[in-house]
Amino acid sequence: MRIPRVGGDGVWRWLSGACVALSLLAVVALLVLVVTRGLAHFWPADIEQLTLDDGQRIAGIARGSEAGEQRYFTANRDLDGEVWRWVETQAIERRETPPELLYAERRDWGPFIGRLTALETPAGERLQGAEAERRLRRALAGDAEVTTLHVRNVEGRALEVEFAQVASLSWPNRMDIGDKLAAWGHGVWRFLSEAPSDGNTGGGVWPAIFGTLLMVILMSLVVTPFGVLAALYLNEVARQGPLTRLVRIAVRNLAGVPSIVYGVFGLGVFVYGLGGHLDSWFFAERLPSPTFGTGGLLWASLTLALLTLPVVIVATEEGLARVPVALREGSLALGATRFETLRRVVVPMALPSMLTGVILAVARAAGEVAPLMLVGVAKLAPEIPVDGEFPYLHLDSKFMHLGYHLFDLGFASRDAEAAMPLVFATATLLVVVIVVLNLTAIILRHHLRARHRALEHS
Amino acid sequence: MSAASFSAAETQRFSSAVVDFPSTSSCFDIEALSLAYEGKPALRDLTLRVPRHRVTAFIGPSGCGKSTLLRGLNRLHDLNDQVTRNGHIRLEGQDIHGRDVDVAELRRRVGMVFQTPNPFPMSIYENVAYGVRLQGVKRKRELDEIVEWALQSAALWEEVKADLHASAWTLSGGQQQRLVIARTLAVRPDVLLLDEPASALDPISTLKIEELIRGLKSQLTLILVTHNMQQAARVSDYTAFLHAGELVEYAPTDTLFTNPRLRRTEDYITGRVG
Ligand SMILES: Nc1ncnc2c1ncn2[C@@H]1O[C@H](COP(=O)(O)OP(=O)(O)O)[C@@H](O)[C@H]1O
Ligand SMILES: [Mg+2]
Repeated sequence: MRIPRVGGDGVWRWLSGACVALSLLAVVALLVLVVTRGLAHFWPADIEQLTLDDGQRIAGIARGSEAGEQRYFTANRDLDGEVWRWVETQAIERRETPPELLYAERRDWGPFIGRLTALETPAGERLQGAEAERRLRRALAGDAEVTTLHVRNVEGRALEVEFAQVASLSWPNRMDIGDKLAAWGHGVWRFLSEAPSDGNTGGGVWPAIFGTLLMVILMSLVVTPFGVLAALYLNEVARQGPLTRLVRIAVRNLAGVPSIVYGVFGLGVFVYGLGGHLDSWFFAERLPSPTFGTGGLLWASLTLALLTLPVVIVATEEGLARVPVALREGSLALGATRFETLRRVVVPMALPSMLTGVILAVARAAGEVAPLMLVGVAKLAPEIPVDGEFPYLHLDSKFMHLGYHLFDLGFASRDAEAAMPLVFATATLLVVVIVVLNLTAIILRHHLRARHRALEHS
Repeated sequence: MSAASFSAAETQRFSSAVVDFPSTSSCFDIEALSLAYEGKPALRDLTLRVPRHRVTAFIGPSGCGKSTLLRGLNRLHDLNDQVTRNGHIRLEGQDIHGRDVDVAELRRRVGMVFQTPNPFPMSIYENVAYGVRLQGVKRKRELDEIVEWALQSAALWEEVKADLHASAWTLSGGQQQRLVIARTLAVRPDVLLLDEPASALDPISTLKIEELIRGLKSQLTLILVTHNMQQAARVSDYTAFLHAGELVEYAPTDTLFTNPRLRRTEDYITGRVG
């Protein structure tokens, strides 16, 4: 946003200054909220054990408070039916942090909080107490084998957990700050590198990261040549007149069309139209189950390429328009043809603008969700669309996407509230990706400007 | 003084027949050339012969059509479809607008240096090699030789030989202009058009460029546009005075500056007009 400079007039100065401050504040607040809550999710917080005045016992992690009540994340959905408890602060008689309380993430049923009572090994041994814990630690490090964990919640209700079901396990109350940092790093790494589990409320987001990147790469492969060639034609080849002006206006307006409309277009033209024909020509033996006649990676990439086409065209045109006439004439005067001039002088000089355009397009595409819901994104597709099987890249397969995953976690999953921290973590990731892309674009543009200034001074 | 106050005899145009070149042939033959931008005339019925291997200066007040005429000689106007033209231009007897003329080849033969230096955003070496490469020269040895020869011809070699791969934009304005001349010489043109090549330069750079122009006429034909009378007097052999798109007087430089036939010319060169 650029506020017009109004010198002298005090009121305007204050007003415009206040607007800038407010905008900055809003951006900073947004980033701080998303990033802190996203990153805090992986911090192994202490587990409190509460004894209430009615004798009840609760174990959980404090997460917020409101009007004399405290909220605890108590996990153990299979035992309690839910994972959150509001507790009146006055009703709490005792608070402890018993070191033996453990926190386990399971592939089904979500996290568990409680105590280890016994352990079974493949040899049929049954270990208890300190010995069980030692063996469990070795098993977690991969040095020993364990089959089943016998655990109890703080109320004493027993549960058996297969070791294979355990995604991670720790004793947060025994950790020092170093251990916690290590656990935090490990948690972040698992988030980035693992597939979602437990109905998307646990595990990581790797397929979504991969899907987003792959789709964006395919999109750039399509949008870059089309956008650049279109801009070259408009700016360098076509005769300038009312028609080119009309096309320019149309391109700029295309950028303002709501993205869901592109989704509808993609569904109608790519999926049903093109995909339907492809199926009837090449994949008839599989009908009625569609191959390309349903949403998939290819159609999503094409739809987003269409969506971002104006960004690339406009940026490229700006870059081309910036190349001084003097340099074009200098080249022509040396006996270069128009094409040679374009290739050797004009395009190299407009290259940073083109790159900027592509990066802005990528940043835009990485954040789009609405059109994808129509043309191929999936709630859960843990298999990434690249594998060792011919044709290696499966353009017809559904894929996961960070933006859609975010929506799914927060608003469509079984336990939206439990997934909230993951929503923030995913949002942080998305913001980081887009900020990095935009920063790259800004640096490139700065570079370009510096080059043009150098020319003007000479 | 306005045009209306010229006498009828004075406004009569002199054709190039007045000037003959005893020791050389003509390079450009311009015949009844008229040129208009969007219907607005910029050159009117101009007839002029430019001698081979001499320096011819075009002088005249700003906006009189000097650049327009120069750009007509290598068909740079082709790029602007608002330009309409009448009349003929012949280079060594061949009509430059003929059907079988390769415009790119014409522009190689008729090199041009502009008012503001316009080196490409490349190294010094690449700037000079640019046109040569377009001619299909690829061998490094050959390119190196041509680059050195061109830079020496443009009196720039000694100043840049230490770092040929520095960006051309790091050079001073005067050096850049000599680089542009070197770049043009490298493709071995027959004619060099110079459109106020020194007007953006300091006096010392201007002197160097003038020396260069005098030295080059043994190799090629030069046409120099300038608004600087002393410069025209110093470097040119023939001078044409243009006014409002018309050729007013054309004569050997000595004659034109010491003994102009027309009052308009005299007024202009003595600084009373323009
Ligand atoms: N590209 C153009 N489009 C329209 N008119 C032009 C253009 N270039 C020059 N002119 C006009 O043609 C006339 C001659 O210009 P020019 O040849 O540049 O003069 P000079 O070089 O002698 O100063 C001027 O009136 C100028 O306004
Ligand atoms: Mg001019």
